[in-house]
Amino acid sequence: MSDLPLVMGIETSCDETGVALVRGCELLGDSVASSVDQHVRFGGVVPEVASRAHLEAMTPTVHRALDQAGVALADVDAVAVTAGPGLAGALLVGVSAAKAYAMALGKPLYGVNHLVGHVAVDQLEHGPLPKPAIALLVSGGHTSLLLVNDLATDVVSLGDTVDDAAGEAYDKVARLLDLPYPGGPPIDRAAQKGDPRSIRFPRGKWGDGTYDFSFSGLKTAVARHVEDADRRGEPLVVADIAAAFQESVVDVLTRKAVDACVEHGVGTLVISGGVAANSALRALAEERCREAGVELRVPRPRLCTDNGAMIAALGAEVVAAGLPASSLDLATDTSLPVGSPLAV
Amino acid sequence: MLLLAFDTATPAVTAAIGESDPDGSFTLRASAGSVDARRHGELLSPTIARLTGEAGVALADLDRIAVGIGPGPYTGLRVGLATAHALADALGVPCHGVTTLDALAFATRRTEPFLAMTDARRKEVFWARYEDHLTRTGEVAVDRPAEVDTADLPLVGDGARMYADVFGTGGAPVEPLHPDAAAMAELALLRLHRGEKLPEPHPLYLRRPDAVEPGAPKKVRQWVK
Repeated sequence: MSDLPLVMGIETSCDETGVALVRGCELLGDSVASSVDQHVRFGGVVPEVASRAHLEAMTPTVHRALDQAGVALADVDAVAVTAGPGLAGALLVGVSAAKAYAMALGKPLYGVNHLVGHVAVDQLEHGPLPKPAIALLVSGGHTSLLLVNDLATDVVSLGDTVDDAAGEAYDKVARLLDLPYPGGPPIDRAAQKGDPRSIRFPRGKWGDGTYDFSFSGLKTAVARHVEDADRRGEPLVVADIAAAFQESVVDVLTRKAVDACVEHGVGTLVISGGVAANSALRALAEERCREAGVELRVPRPRLCTDNGAMIAALGAEVVAAGLPASSLDLATDTSLPVGSPLAV
Repeated sequence: MLLLAFDTATPAVTAAIGESDPDGSFTLRASAGSVDARRHGELLSPTIARLTGEAGVALADLDRIAVGIGPGPYTGLRVGLATAHALADALGVPCHGVTTLDALAFATRRTEPFLAMTDARRKEVFWARYEDHLTRTGEVAVDRPAEVDTADLPLVGDGARMYADVFGTGGAPVEPLHPDAAAMAELALLRLHRGEKLPEPHPLYLRRPDAVEPGAPKKVRQWVK
């Protein structure tokens, strides 16, 4: 294994400063510093707060990852970094640091795509990804369905959310229900005790013949339900609302993901991103994949959320594919399309 | 002592390599820069790579890094700091901060009192008062131009140019507009030679992040009170 290049991955696209070291499909060290606690009172990520935190956390996080891997900076063969998509100021901290590390170490720099990284990270847990595969990325910032022919060179976007990301809908509904931020875990917990069929919330873009998603109407429907109950002086049954909301989200997500597998004749579905930790999503995806004869791969929760491992994993894939390194004038791209696993 | 200095706290991206002899005399080995407020992240590393070539040194030859710590617009400012932290870390050399306004002031070589100011955006300036090019009196500050007590002293820097009408200094020379890393390198080496302590390489933000705590969710039905 040791003849494979040692890749350091740096991720700063949102509120997590992540650094990891990977050889091939082996994760050697992985450290994440999160600024989520500083965002809680604002009910969402404040870009300037996140950027300030990245700058402070950058070099300490690099060293925690190196220590965990038992390697030195001088052992690093390549530096991979998230070039986009993400928050402009946040991306710029990671890219600036990555360029400096690559330049000082005299090693190549690879600016890679955050979304494709979420798929690549699965290789660290389940080994090489069968080609092609379908990937569903669900997080606070993204809801995308991808056809992955090759992680390094050929990723096609099948659909995206047209408004809110799935995780964003969780955060907004959590606020309506007086649950804490981030909204995913508390809604998932509350939903365990609720009846998903007690309220019928809309399924955005259900059966519209596309692989796009929409969660804004669902959020408004929950807000109406809450206001109506309030007006009538009825107590809110939070567990039922949470369960019915969650059912609506995961129903559309899993249905469209499995439909994409069937339509494209693909035998593997990867679900990743922060929302992949959701228990209802995993349960329904397992059930529907089994029925459709599709292998479901979901990385462990630690790898699903933003981290350096996903970037190092994609970096290793790009190096293995023999692609040319990015230049030192690499620009960040807040809306880097998935069709560009490697930014130039 | 071989030192790399750079600053990204203003629209300028400026970098220089300077050297000081044991007697403290300064030699500029190479300097480069450009003014483009929107491309700091793209310009800085290639500029540094080009400089080392021009100076005929390797990054591994450097003894110190000095970086402008602002004050300055935050996104650009952090490009310099993140680069400096990582370079110093990878090269195993000390990293020092230099207040950007101090570098701007030093380059004037003025021997009489003056104010240095840069654009802070939002119709404000970052500014400080100097007794001479080496001596700042008081802290750096951020204020609306009309609130700055200039005491009728000469003003230098891009902030003075932008608000010449507010200050009533139309026509008076305000150069240099932006800091120059060559001056920053010389200033840093001079301070180190004198045994003075340079600031830590941490950003001078001077303002808290703009963020407001959310109120109650907006009602979706208008007739709900």
